[in-house]
Amino acid sequence: MVEKGTLRVKTGLAEMLKGGVIMDVTTPEQAKIAEEAGAVAVMALERVPADIRAAGGVARMADPSVIEAIMEAVTIPVMAKVRIGHFVEAQILEALGVDYIDESEVLTPADEKHHIDKWQFNVPFVCGAINLGEALRRIGEGAAMIRTKGEAGTGNVVEAVRHMRTINEEIRRLTVTPKEELMSVAKEMGAPYDLVCWVAENGRLPVVNFSAGGIATPADAALMMQLGADGVFVGSGIFKSEDPAARARAIVLATTHFNDAKILAEVSRGLGKAMAGKEISEIGRENLIQFRGW
Amino acid sequence: MKKPTIGVIALQGAVREHLQMIERCGARGIPVKYPPELHLCQGLIIPGGESTTIGKLMTTYGFPEEIRSLVEAGMPVFGTCAGLIMMAKRLVEGDQPILGLMDITVRRNAFGRQVDSFEADLLVREITDEEKPFRAVFIRAPWIEWVDPRVRVLAEFDGRAVMAVQGRLLVSAFHPELTGDDRIHRFFLRMVEEKVAG
Repeated sequence: MVEKGTLRVKTGLAEMLKGGVIMDVTTPEQAKIAEEAGAVAVMALERVPADIRAAGGVARMADPSVIEAIMEAVTIPVMAKVRIGHFVEAQILEALGVDYIDESEVLTPADEKHHIDKWQFNVPFVCGAINLGEALRRIGEGAAMIRTKGEAGTGNVVEAVRHMRTINEEIRRLTVTPKEELMSVAKEMGAPYDLVCWVAENGRLPVVNFSAGGIATPADAALMMQLGADGVFVGSGIFKSEDPAARARAIVLATTHFNDAKILAEVSRGLGKAMAGKEISEIGRENLIQFRGW
Repeated sequence: MKKPTIGVIALQGAVREHLQMIERCGARGIPVKYPPELHLCQGLIIPGGESTTIGKLMTTYGFPEEIRSLVEAGMPVFGTCAGLIMMAKRLVEGDQPILGLMDITVRRNAFGRQVDSFEADLLVREITDEEKPFRAVFIRAPWIEWVDPRVRVLAEFDGRAVMAVQGRLLVSAFHPELTGDDRIHRFFLRMVEEKVAG
């Protein structure tokens, strides 16, 4: 029997992206630069998160013609973002044939209470999380890949570090929690009990976990990999920098050789200016996008 | 007999799954990040991942020459999906760097995009029988468009070659490392053991 859209096929593509860099692009030309640099996939957007932040207003799914032009330009997988809870935007992206949908806090949420029922789709979803409970809720809804949220469009890695450390610490704690306490942990976390038990037994998330939100340098990428990320998303960090092609390639090499300080030193040299970056306290808690979704 | 050591190219992609499968079959699996580590191995696996990425990373750090000379000396190599693409001598489209080991022509993303990715029961000659087919997972999978007479096609799907062997080189368009079924990895390990036994 031939089956499409099975969980194994959805999580499988994420497994194939491991150890790689997924880059935000807004034009076919940028997509080609990303592919040439060795990106494992691109995220097709109308604006990178730094520009979304600057522009304000409501940020929505990109125009299908932008996404299609990018799909035409490259042979690597193309992802695209929908607003949290906006299942019609997701239906449209599935019809376009994108390879992965990011139900993303970077866009303005369409539903304050409910995320998309991702089991209804053949196309796989990646979702953001700032802690284990949020990650397991999204997996419970059918997400086939998780990314820690960080704080998109800031060029500041501190939130990405916080979220990765939080999730890993919560996982470690679960592995030494007695079985009879797992139900109450599940209740406190607001996470499905069976997934809590799975994590307690296996010591990892049941799907691939990438790092996102604030990665701007090869050292940032390697930092997230050493902290246990399966791969990295780089949003504004590449095309808001002085020399995107060189920086993109350096971040790819740093993600592969994240444990090799000599290679990291070599690839970090002479990349020109990184994106400017923002101090988190200047943004103000009410403007942080990591708290969108629940 | 001493456990053979199987290297898994660990530049990008589904490395862990292959290592687990190798250990399960009773061999020793090591991730290979640098060409000198190839010399610790009696067999090599090139995993699934993004072939354009793996190809560029391999070229940057001098893998192709090293692997080609080891293959000439008879080292068994198994490539899955992106690994199959890397091992082909020719691609239907594109000019990405490949290793060019096997006399086959391959079409990338031949079965379509991710929404067309699928799993299916597959008959693999020399490995499975009618009663117990192989559950094959195809993800943005390539197919083998043309094979030289020296290549044996082991499996087909929809009339397209998706698994083949030439001497000690084995390729599959699907991902046996994503299933619990270790028959294909055991088949490869027998190729390695035969080579070790000389």
